[in-house]
Amino acid sequence: MQSVIESLNWLEATRLAEFIRESEWAFPAAESVHVIALALVIGTISIVDLRLLGLASTNRIYSELSKQVLPWTWGAFGLAAISGTLMFISQSRTYLDNTAFRIKFALMFLAGVNMLVFQLITSGEASTWDRNAAAPLAGKIAATLSLVFWIAIVFFGRRVGFTTIPI
Amino acid sequence: MLAIAHWLEHTSVSQEIQKALWLIPLLQTIHIIAIAMALSSVLMIELRILGFGKSLTVTETAARYAPWLWTGLILLAVTGLALIIGEPRRALPNPAFQIKMLLLAVTLAVAAVFQVSLVRSTAFWEGQSLGRKLAGGFAVIVFFLWCAIAIAGRWIAYMHTA
Repeated sequence: MQSVIESLNWLEATRLAEFIRESEWAFPAAESVHVIALALVIGTISIVDLRLLGLASTNRIYSELSKQVLPWTWGAFGLAAISGTLMFISQSRTYLDNTAFRIKFALMFLAGVNMLVFQLITSGEASTWDRNAAAPLAGKIAATLSLVFWIAIVFFGRRVGFTTIPI
Repeated sequence: MLAIAHWLEHTSVSQEIQKALWLIPLLQTIHIIAIAMALSSVLMIELRILGFGKSLTVTETAARYAPWLWTGLILLAVTGLALIIGEPRRALPNPAFQIKMLLLAVTLAVAAVFQVSLVRSTAFWEGQSLGRKLAGGFAVIVFFLWCAIAIAGRWIAYMHTA
């Protein structure tokens, strides 16, 4: 624990962290990129989730649609992670102490586990239900969980901004 | 002290603040989900115009995503209006808000023109002409125009009016 606090202190003291804290525009710029990136993560993931649930794009082959859409999800996720890290290092200890921030990361972990389980088990046999209007039950459950987790992640992410003390 | 705290907690002022503490982030969350609907729909349509995902025609792609774009925009207008009513002095005189509305008007006009054009000049949009290729480049600009609206929106929190 001691070493974690030490590394966070070091992180906060870096020139980059100091710049983000003190610049008039760096933090809002990182936030803007974060909002756009997370909007694209959630929107594109929803396209796939709604397909699994049989609620949209039902006339399209599932694996073709996900192959076309998910690279953009990952690209946007990378952007969200970079911009999020930049915001985090500006006040890392404040964020780690923040309840909304902790809940958000717990939910992101759960969303990741949900995705891994789906990718490793359910989508492995996608060829058997690729052309069906909806995925089998396991796929529908994964899609529902994904939608719920991501909406909750947005809510707790927005709460972080309301519960941390402004610089 | 506990009795005072208990009494205070039940005053109407406190209740309003308690509600507002959840209400504003909740409205902003719906606003962001609606941005996700609108921006991702725009991305899918613009990517198709650029030539990605040719398993659907431009018309089919627009038919799939345009309703989500307009639904997202309606949700954005409703939650945006509620946020303005909640904190009118934060938004209305704010230069970032005014720039955002200007950008929105321009972008909406472009989107409306595109939808009309797609119906009237379907052959152009599904074709391979030089003008059509230029339209691909224009799609990139339009996508960043949508992003600029979101950026101006985030800047409302940072621009203080005199």
